[in-house]
Amino acid sequence: MGLGLVESGKMPKPLTKLLSLSRKYSIWVYQWGLACCAIEMGAAFASPRYDVMRLGVIPLPASPRQADLVVISGTVTDKMAPAILRLYEQMPDPKYVISMGSCANCGGPYWDSYSVTKGIDQILPVDVYVPGCPPRPEALLEGVVLLQERIQSEDMAERWRGAPIIVE
Amino acid sequence: MTAITDRQKLQYIAAQAADARVNVELETEGMTLNIGPQHPATHGTLRIVARLDGEQVIAAEPIPGYMHRGYEKLTEVRTYAQVTALVNRIDWLGSFANEVPFILAAEQLMGVEAPPRAQWIRTLLFEMARISNLILFLGDMAVQLGAVTPAFFAFRDREYVLDQIERVTGGRFHPNFDRIGGLKDDLPQGWLADTKATMDKVRSFCDEIEELLMGAEIFQARTRGVGVIPPDVAQQYGLSGANARASGIDWDLRRDQPNGMVYPELDWKVWTHPDGDSFARFWVRLQETREAASIVEQCCDGVPGGPIMAKVPRIIKVPAGEAYVSTENPLGEMGYYVVSKGDLTPFRVKIRSASFNNVSIAPWILRGVYVPDIITILASLYFILGDIDR
Repeated sequence: MGLGLVESGKMPKPLTKLLSLSRKYSIWVYQWGLACCAIEMGAAFASPRYDVMRLGVIPLPASPRQADLVVISGTVTDKMAPAILRLYEQMPDPKYVISMGSCANCGGPYWDSYSVTKGIDQILPVDVYVPGCPPRPEALLEGVVLLQERIQSEDMAERWRGAPIIVE
Repeated sequence: MTAITDRQKLQYIAAQAADARVNVELETEGMTLNIGPQHPATHGTLRIVARLDGEQVIAAEPIPGYMHRGYEKLTEVRTYAQVTALVNRIDWLGSFANEVPFILAAEQLMGVEAPPRAQWIRTLLFEMARISNLILFLGDMAVQLGAVTPAFFAFRDREYVLDQIERVTGGRFHPNFDRIGGLKDDLPQGWLADTKATMDKVRSFCDEIEELLMGAEIFQARTRGVGVIPPDVAQQYGLSGANARASGIDWDLRRDQPNGMVYPELDWKVWTHPDGDSFARFWVRLQETREAASIVEQCCDGVPGGPIMAKVPRIIKVPAGEAYVSTENPLGEMGYYVVSKGDLTPFRVKIRSASFNNVSIAPWILRGVYVPDIITILASLYFILGDIDR
C-alpha cells in the first residue's frame, strides 16, 4: 500500500476517511505576514480571544517545508511575488492556500497602483478567499473551518478540480 | 599610577601570544547573510543583507521596497475624501494617526478649522491609536528576544482598545473617521465611561510588562548598552519620535507644534532617556503608553459639547496652494506636503513617514554588532514596513 494508491484515488474508503480526518485536524500553517492583514492574522492566531489552536491548526512551523497551509495576508507587490512563488514551491504536497484580504484577492484599494500584483491567484492556486480590508479574525477562522470541511470530504484524485471557496 | 608586577606582565605577554595564535588558526572568511524579505518575526517585508566576519557584522544594508504600493502616485487620482481611506494603511497599527496630518494640511489650505469638540475627539482617538500601536511593540520586543508570553498579553489587551475604536468608528483598525472640517460621527452613548475603564486595563498591562521584562536579567543583558545611538548621530539621520527621545533629545511635536490638537490644554509629560540603547527605547515607549492612557482619560473628562463638523461644502475643492503639516505619530514625525491646484484631487502629495528615517540608521548602528543583536536592535528601532515603503 504505497503512496500511489492515495494519489490515484484507489485507497479504501475507511482509510481515506481516517487520513482526511487526521490531515484536517493537524494543519500546520505558515504565516505570511505582509501588511495590515498580518496583524489581524496575528490576532486570530496568537490572541487568547480568537485562538486558532482550538481548531487543530498549529501556526508555528519553522519553515515552509513543514507547512500544509499558507495564509497570504496582505498586499503582494511585484517585487515580492517571486519570493512568494519560491516559498510556495518549497511546501510539500498536499498544500493549501488561504488568500486573506482584498489586496491578496484582487488588489483591493491599490487596484490602480503601478507596483501591486492584483491578486495572488495570478501566480498560485488559491483554495479559500477571505474578503475584507482587513477581514476580521473571525472571518479568517471561518475560512480555516471551511477549508477543513473541504479537506474532510476531499478526494485526492479530484483535488485540483474543485472551485475555490469564498467566505461570505 | 598602579604598579605592574612581573606576574601581571607575564600574564599579559602570554595572553597576547594566545590571541595571536587564535587569530591565525581561526581566521574567518567573510560571509553574507540574507535576512528576509520574509521573516516570521516581522509583520512586513524588510530585507537585510549583512556581511559577517564570524559572528560580527561588518556591514549591513536594509533593502526596502517589498511593500511599495505607490501611495504618492495614488493620491493624485483620489479625491480628498478618498485619500483618508488610503493613508490609513500606511502605518497599519496606529491608523487614525495617519489621517490627521493629511486632514490638517487640507484644512489649512481651505482655511477651515474643526470645532472644539471635534478637536478633542481627534486628540482622544489619536492617542488611542498610539496605545494600540505601542502595546504591540511592547509585546513584540520580547518576542524578538525569545520570550513569547508578552505577545499574548499584548494581543489580549490590545483587543479592548480596538473594541473601543470599533464602537465609535466602525473599523477595528482602519477607522477612516476623520473628515475635512471635523469628524464623521459623534461618540456613541456611554462610550467615554467605557473608554476610561479600558485605560485601566492598559495601565495594568504596562505594569505587567514592566514586572515581566524590565527587571529580568536576560532582558537587561540583551538590551542595555546594545545599539547605542548618540544624540548627534540621531539628529544627523533624522530620527524622530521615541527613538530620538531615547537618545536624550527632548523633542515632541505634540508639545512643540500642536496644530489643530488640544495637547496644550492637557497635563502630560515628554519622557526622555539619556542612554540611547535598546533598553532606553523600550523604556521610553512604555512610559509613553502610560502617558497616552492618561491623556485619553483627560480627554474623556474634558470633551466639550457642540457640533462635530464645521461648515464645509459637500463637494470639496481645495484652493490652490501648498501646505506641510506634521504630527507626532506613534512612530515619530509624520508629515504630508500637499500641493493643490484647485482640483478635486491633490496635485502632489509628499509623505514624510517616520519609519523610513528610523530605519535609515540601520547600516550605521548594525556595524560591529553580533548577529542575534541585529533582530533586537531592529525591533527596538520599531519600524512598520508600510510606513517605510508607502
